[in-house]
Amino acid sequence: MSEASLVVVRGLRRDFDISRPWLNRLFEGQRRLFLRAVDDVSFEIAKGCTFALVGESGSGKSTVARMVVGLLPPSDGEVTIDGISMQSASDSGSRQKLRRRIQMIFQDPYASLNPRWRVSRVIAEPINTFGLLKGEAVTKKVGELLTLVGLHPDDGDKFPHEFSGGQRQRIAIARALAAHAEFIVCDEPTSALDVSVQAQILNLMRDLQKEFGLTLLFISHNLAVVRHMADRIGVMYLGRVVETGDSRALFARPRHPYTRMLLDAVPDLDMSGRQRTPVAGEIPNPINPPSGCTFHPRCPQANERCRREIPAMIDGVACHAVEEGRAG
Amino acid sequence: MTETPSFPEPVISVRNLVVEFATRRGPLRAIDGVSFTIGKGEVLGVVGESGAGKSVTGSAIIGLIDAPGRIAGGEVLLHGKRIDNLPAEEMRRLRGRKIGMIFQDPLTSLDPLFRVGDQLIETIRTHSDLSASAARERAIALLAEVGIPAPERRIDGYPHEFSGGMRQRVVIALALACEPDFVIADEPTTALDVSVQAQIIALLKRLCATRGTAVMLVTHDMGVIAEAADRVAVMYAGRIAEIGPVRDVVKHPLHPYAAGLMGAIPTLSSEADRLTQIPGAMPRLTNVPPGCAFNPRCARAFDRCCIERPEPALPSAALAAREHVASGHRVACHLYTAREDAR
Ligand SMILES: Nc1ncnc2c1ncn2[C@@H]1O[C@H](COP(=O)(O)OP(=O)(O)OP(=O)(O)O)[C@@H](O)[C@H]1O
Ligand SMILES: Nc1ncnc2c1ncn2[C@@H]1O[C@H](COP(=O)(O)OP(=O)(O)O)[C@@H](O)[C@H]1O
Ligand code: SF4
Ligand code: SF4
Ligand SMILES: [Mg+2]
Ligand SMILES: [Mg+2]
Repeated sequence: MSEASLVVVRGLRRDFDISRPWLNRLFEGQRRLFLRAVDDVSFEIAKGCTFALVGESGSGKSTVARMVVGLLPPSDGEVTIDGISMQSASDSGSRQKLRRRIQMIFQDPYASLNPRWRVSRVIAEPINTFGLLKGEAVTKKVGELLTLVGLHPDDGDKFPHEFSGGQRQRIAIARALAAHAEFIVCDEPTSALDVSVQAQILNLMRDLQKEFGLTLLFISHNLAVVRHMADRIGVMYLGRVVETGDSRALFARPRHPYTRMLLDAVPDLDMSGRQRTPVAGEIPNPINPPSGCTFHPRCPQANERCRREIPAMIDGVACHAVEEGRAG
Repeated sequence: MTETPSFPEPVISVRNLVVEFATRRGPLRAIDGVSFTIGKGEVLGVVGESGAGKSVTGSAIIGLIDAPGRIAGGEVLLHGKRIDNLPAEEMRRLRGRKIGMIFQDPLTSLDPLFRVGDQLIETIRTHSDLSASAARERAIALLAEVGIPAPERRIDGYPHEFSGGMRQRVVIALALACEPDFVIADEPTTALDVSVQAQIIALLKRLCATRGTAVMLVTHDMGVIAEAADRVAVMYAGRIAEIGPVRDVVKHPLHPYAAGLMGAIPTLSSEADRLTQIPGAMPRLTNVPPGCAFNPRCARAFDRCCIERPEPALPSAALAAREHVASGHRVACHLYTAREDAR
């Protein structure tokens, strides 16, 4: 599988220093405090496929995304893209090349689009930065890209604030395509949008993925959206991937108790009246996570071993009960 | 065909509500002729995309429209008595005693500087003549009722010591403190994770059923409506496009906009490769098209749609029989009016 994988993530970890300033620590006798936002996360994404990370707020999805695109250095682990390590690509040439091939789309496109630039300049920027085209060809390309994402070439003369949320997301997508990106990391790209606009953007992303063979890392807390978009999925809980697998199979036969709980919590739009287990408890404080399997305080299958020992990822699931064959 | 749940006693009736905002270029009509009732123990879900007028409708009902906005027409009745024309002071008292409010961000309803318990006790005492210790007992009972563990201890905590889901529970307790007849919940779960959302919806439903409270549940999330509501109103550009029993509207939407909205939602079971796409966007208030406001985006629009505005009405008898329309299901679309030359 490794040969076909464009993106390989191995043992990614990230600690944040959340101690008070050292002077306070000195007076208050406090020790340094670390928050482990991401711990031992590994996955691969095959070329042209979509891998999705799903999980509740604070589970570490965005932190993984920022490490994958190189916005945040990992505390440990490695991200390799097309065989080039993001961490050790030291010569600026191969770094620069890698950077062009990876683009990121955020939840709030407004924050990522320069508000003082006209849209045509926003979209042309990567073309100019990476010297992909020159002169008239740039203008022509920008017009084509705007049309491709469902806007009008004349929209290039406007400023980002003149557009709706959905249209701004289209601009962000056009910008990513302008760089000839092959790998796009999308962090909650439709979470701020109405469902009807979300449908337009998700359809557009799938069309473009097919047309250009794009590889996607797609992040969302919405399970139905993730199922619609992804080929493979990783479910995150408190910084770890607890279950990973083929999208359809994972939703049809969830194995990890947390995945099951999450799926049971999704509102039942089919109104099938299926029997569901009520959700127990809440996500614990990440500064002081539970011992062993961090899900144990909420897990109906937890036992002594779970409180002691972190379950290893075996065959796509990190759970003692599944490993021992005692998960329902 | 499902039966319409019967909620005989309307707690809240809204008739032909019109809300306008004054602007430099003249009044903008944000709500244009909205009518519905909510019965005792009933949850009416109100859905629609952002800017459709859900929150303005809610605020108008409870007298919280601030200038430059004003109710420009229609009436609101609580237990059959008009409340839209009450003096501000009287309306304020009514809101404390008869009407509860739950908003998206629990921090807007909770004062960060005061203990959770003190806020609850103050609310209880302002609107009843309980003694301090009796009010505290009552506050603890309320916190227990909304599922706060160890309420006798948590009652002395500050809002920031509670998680988002717990805070929303406290806000619900606050809204229920005076046993209101009517509760308005505007996007109460939008800021919460799905697992917490499921808990809050279950709680709201249970409380409404046991206390017989009428609830207006405003959300843009059809899933929440499917879980929690008895009836649902789909809003578009300041008007109700379709209203009816939740099962019927969710499973067999009639209005082309409602149908498009349902198809646009990815679900856990759908195998569709593409989602239904409604072209374009909702019009701005400054620029609502004549006739049916949905006509520029509607695949089934015909000439009448651009001239005449459709009013919410029961579908014609023939159509109702053919499309299995339950009673009480109203739709504002020319496709469903009696004229046979339609379509
Ligand atoms: N710069 C930072 N400093 C300290 N803690 C951080 C920082 N960035 C993230 N965290 C913490 O790391 C954890 C994971 O955060 P992250 O933003 O990756 O979550 P997420 O899964 O993207 O959540 P959401 O769904 O809310 O976006 C959280 O506990 C968060 O508070
Ligand atoms: N204070 C205000 N001044 C002018 N227009 C307003 C004001 N508040 C709301 N509106 C307009 O009223 C319409 C309905 O808004 P709202 O009820 O908030 O929508 P939603 O359905 O998202 O809750 C929108 O077009 C909005 O821009
Ligand atoms: S390891 Fe134990 S606590 Fe963790 S999910 Fe599995 S059974 Fe539950
Ligand atoms: S009235 Fe006409 S335009 Fe409006 S929804 Fe019905 S068919 Fe479409
Ligand atoms: Mg995030
Ligand atoms: Mg609103």
